[in-house]
This record gives sequence, structure tokens and C-alpha cells, in this order.
Amino acid sequence: MKFDLTEQGIRDLNRFLHSPHSKESVIEVENPSGSHNVAVGALQHSQVMVNGHVGYYCAAMNQHAEITVNGNAGPGLAENMMSGMVHVRGNASQYCGATAHGGLLVVEGNASSRCGISLKGMDIIVGGSIGHMSAFMAQTGRLVVCGDAAESMGDSIYEARIYVRGKVASLGTDCIEKPIEKEHLEELKELLDRAQFNHSATEFKRYGSARRLYNFDVDNARLY
Amino acid sequence: MKNNVDQSWLVESATFSRPVIREIQRAAREGIYDIRGFGAKRRLPTFDDLLLLGASMSRYPLEGYREKCDTQVTLGDRFAEKPLVIETPITIAGMSFGALSAQAKEGLARGATEVGTSTTTGDGGMTPEERQHSRLLVYQYLPSRYGMNPVDLRKADAIEVVVGQGAKPGGGGMLLGQKISDRVAEMRDLPKGIDQRSACRHPDWTGPDDLEIKVQELREITDWMVPIYIKVGATRTFFDVQLAVKAGADVVVVDGMQGGTAATQDVFIEHVGIPTLPAVRIAVDALKDLGMHRKVQLIVSGGIRSGADVAKALALGADAVSIGTAALIAMGDNSPEYEDKYNELGTSAGFYDDYQDGQDPTGISTQNPDLGKLLDPDIAGRRVANYLRVMTLELQTLARAAGKTNVRNLEREDLVALTVESSAMARVPLAGTNWIPGFESTQ
Repeated sequence: MKFDLTEQGIRDLNRFLHSPHSKESVIEVENPSGSHNVAVGALQHSQVMVNGHVGYYCAAMNQHAEITVNGNAGPGLAENMMSGMVHVRGNASQYCGATAHGGLLVVEGNASSRCGISLKGMDIIVGGSIGHMSAFMAQTGRLVVCGDAAESMGDSIYEARIYVRGKVASLGTDCIEKPIEKEHLEELKELLDRAQFNHSATEFKRYGSARRLYNFDVDNARLY
Repeated sequence: MKNNVDQSWLVESATFSRPVIREIQRAAREGIYDIRGFGAKRRLPTFDDLLLLGASMSRYPLEGYREKCDTQVTLGDRFAEKPLVIETPITIAGMSFGALSAQAKEGLARGATEVGTSTTTGDGGMTPEERQHSRLLVYQYLPSRYGMNPVDLRKADAIEVVVGQGAKPGGGGMLLGQKISDRVAEMRDLPKGIDQRSACRHPDWTGPDDLEIKVQELREITDWMVPIYIKVGATRTFFDVQLAVKAGADVVVVDGMQGGTAATQDVFIEHVGIPTLPAVRIAVDALKDLGMHRKVQLIVSGGIRSGADVAKALALGADAVSIGTAALIAMGDNSPEYEDKYNELGTSAGFYDDYQDGQDPTGISTQNPDLGKLLDPDIAGRRVANYLRVMTLELQTLARAAGKTNVRNLEREDLVALTVESSAMARVPLAGTNWIPGFESTQ
């Protein structure tokens, strides 16, 4: 099945992805040309190949589908995703994986600021580096960064886990480096294998919440 | 006063009144600002400052109890394939499961459904009980996205993108740890017992141009079936309403500063935003300026208490109103029936506003299962339905007296103001004059 977005509208593509007819099908999307809302709300086990760059919110609220973007992705990639997999061959803009609950997001290139903001359970693996304020208020889920992390990573983080291979410019409020135990090496190896990245898990450091801000304390007011 | 001191010569400071002195001393003692529920308690210009002009020689009234006065309103027919049709222009505002007990949410749903109107979810997502008992359920899309998922999104009859609320425009929220039960924690993907911050900004858009794409995303996911509302707290209302329309809203919801909250700093509740009275008029002006009045519907909320408030809001140009605090009061909040329990908490019926504490003796603003059981959803639902019916009858009474066959035919020309302030804010003439302060009348 092919959708050429120079001939068919986004609405046709998305309606098809919501219909039972898309189950177990392979869908190729041609000429996305930076279109917004490509393949949003997909809810069948299907494979979607998007050949080109996409705009805002590609693969948002995805359930079950495997969506590959052969290009770069605009802001809000895979936001609030529930399950399935999204794989971007290029770079991703701001807020990729925002509030996402489940599934796997792989960005081969870099991800911009606020990657994994308010993450609620999804796994994100970034081949390159991430921008500032990534994993802000991340609740649960895992963020793996093979490159570097910009300023204020993990600010106000809850129970999400962050693994970074390169340098971290600075940690946000209440985010600390934590010891990496056997269980962490195992989960990290499994995540890297799923993303088909060849780095060794031992090259990464782990970060998470110091849990000092979990209950309001006026003595912590200067931290905010 | 001890020792029979003669009080007749004592003068209380208007600047440092006894409540002000008490608050300074509390702040000095505790080192933390006051967080509470309810809405603004300060005196503000309200709909009480307006009067309706009944029919007389130049207008023709309708017969009470006989001639029809329609109250049905259609919301969201700009783009949605399935707009909402409500039987009374009074809806139930968004209030979260978490802030309220499951029994309270169910009571609101039952009451709204009984009279053919809609109810609204809140931060924390949609509960099965609420969906089951709501014929028309508006699903809020909030910055925290707690409990947000596409399955519930597709079960909604409308989606309300919440940019802000009247009690705290520009502010987020905090559900304190003591109200985080196992169920609330699970719905919000956070551990039990920790404070849950509700963000003040959406995580994946930052301005009106982004919001337009966000609205399109929500339409795409729901196949353009249901209306999309955009809710703002009343501040820079003219611009906010116009930007909401340009972002593609089917319905704009404007919440004035009297709007309630479950937990916000007192300083925020009392000092940020504008009252509902000017907000309605400004919102209508914004819609008219775009030629979109009645094409994009306007719902107003914040301190609506009676059919008279509804009539005046509609006369100023709103299509419907929402109630929150008043609906809780209808279910039993602040009832003298609970006076002993309120006294144990150091307060009294009529003054209780500690919704954030989770110790509500009525079982409404709590997650304590033992307290929640005290509220029977069936009885609570009937009270809400009764209250909505009374408000609707009051509205019809006033509309008929003004000669209107449809409550939305009430118009600004049917109103006069009692005070200079309300005249300026509502842009209706001061009673007995043609004068609207700050506005050059063409009359």
C-alpha cells in the first residue's frame, strides 16, 4: 500500500491507519515534505515507512504500529506513544517522546531539547546527543543517549532512568549520577541490542532522581 | 474580649485587619504560603451588579409555564462531525479524579446526564465510572497529560485543550501526597504518596501557531468526529479568544478568576486574572471582531451560582456556562449538616476550603476510601440534577419575562448596570442613564 502525500491528504493516510484494513499491512508514505501529523493515532499492527522528512507530531499516540522515518522529524515525534516502535534515521526536533507511555523510540541522529519530557514509561534510545532540559519531569521509562547531553538534564525527574555514554553539560534540579549495577547493565544491553547500536553497556553512566523533592519542603524552596 | 473591656472605641485597621494580622502571624510561624481550594473570596464585580430589563410596553413577554422558551444549545459545529447537543446551557466544569473522589465524579456525571448536559474529566484522566454515567463527557487535554491515552480520547464526546484556568492562569498545580491513593498513582504513572506536580505549560507546544498543529493532531487522531474546545483562564481575554479561534477551536471556554480549584496558593487565587463579568464581554467582543460569534461557541465559568447568573452571561453573548464549585455545594460541600466534622478540622460550614488536605467530611474532595463512602453517588447525582433544573427554570423565567423564545436570544440591550465598575466592565449602561464609562456610546 502506498500513500503519496502530493496526491492524497494526511486525513486519508491517518484514517486508513485507524481502520482494521491496515492490520498486518506494509504502508509506504512518499513525499511527506515536512507534513505535520503523519501517521498519528495508528492502532493496528502494521509497518509504516515514511520516505522523507516529517513535521510536527509524527507517530503521535501510536499503538502497535512500527513506523520508520527515512529522514528527519519535527517537534513532538511519537508524543504520548502507547506501544509499538518508531525509528527515525535522521535527527529529531524538540520534545520527542513527550509524555509517552510505552513502546520504543529510536533516533539514530541527535534529538533536540526536552527529549523525553514528562516521560511516562516509553524507552527512548538516541544514537547522537540530546538538547537541554531533556527528561524534564520524566516519570518512568528509560532514556539512553549514546552521545552527549546538554544542560539541565533530568530536571525534576521522578522514577525514569537515564543512561548517557558521553558528557553531561549539567544536571537539573534533583537529578544525580547513580551507581550502575548488574541489573542496569543488563537492561541497557537489551535496549542497545533492540536499537541495533554496538556500544558496550559499560561505557555508560546512569542518572536518576535524588528524590529530595518528592514531598514539598519549604527548606528546598531555593532549589526551584 | 476578656475583662469586659469596652470595645466601642476600638478601631480595626482597614489595612491590617484581623484576618491580615492572623495570616502574617501564620506565615511567620509556619514559613510556607497558604495553599487552599475553593475560588476567590474577595469582593469582586459580579453578575449581581447587573439587572435584566423585563418586558413592558415596548417588549412582549412570554407566558410562564405555557409558552416555550428553548434551552437547547449545540456546541462545536464548526468542524466536528458530531457536535454536542445539550438540553440546558449549563455544563459541569472539569474537575479531576484525584482532587475529587470517584463517588463525587460519578455524582456529577449522573446529575449532568439526568438533565441532558455534559460533564468534564480533569487532570488524571477518565475513570470508567465517569464514562459509564456520563452521556456526554468532555475529555480534558492538560499539560501534565496524566492518564492521557488515545483509547479514552476516542471515547470522548469532546476534547478540551486546557491552556489555563481562572483560579490560577499561568499556574500549574500540585496534588499533595496525602491524596495519592493506589488508584490515583496508577492512573498518573507515579509512585504512591509523593506530590504530583501538574505542569503549567504543555510539554510539546509553546505558542498559538504550535497549538493550531496540536488541534489538528487531535482531530486527526479522532477522525474529525468530536468538537475541540480550548479553555483559558481570564487574563488577556481578547487576544486569547482570538488566538484560540485562529488555532481552530470549535468552542472557547473562558474561566474567570472566581473559578474554583482543588489546591492553589491563596495569593494566586486572589490576585491573578480578571473577574468573570468583564471576561464574558471581552470574549464576545473578540468573537464579534472576527465575525465568529455564534460560529465558535463561548462557554464561560467562574462563580456561576444561579439562573440569574446564567441569564446575564447569555445576555452578554455567551452560549453556555460551566459550574464547578456550585455543583460541589449542591452535592453537600459546606453543608451545615457536617458542622461538627468541620469544627473538628478547625473550620465551619460555609468557610471550608481545604480541598487539598483530603479530609473532606462530605466525601467529595478526598481520596480517603472511608470518607468517599459517605457520599452516595445516586443521591449526589439527584441533587446536582435538581440544582441544574432549578437554574434552568430560573433562566427560563427571566428569559420569558424579557420576551425570549430561546434563552440565547437574551442580549446586551436587556441589561443595565448597578455600579459604575460593572457598567464599564460589561459595557451596559448604568441604570437610569445612557452612560457607559470608558465607552463612547452612539446613542
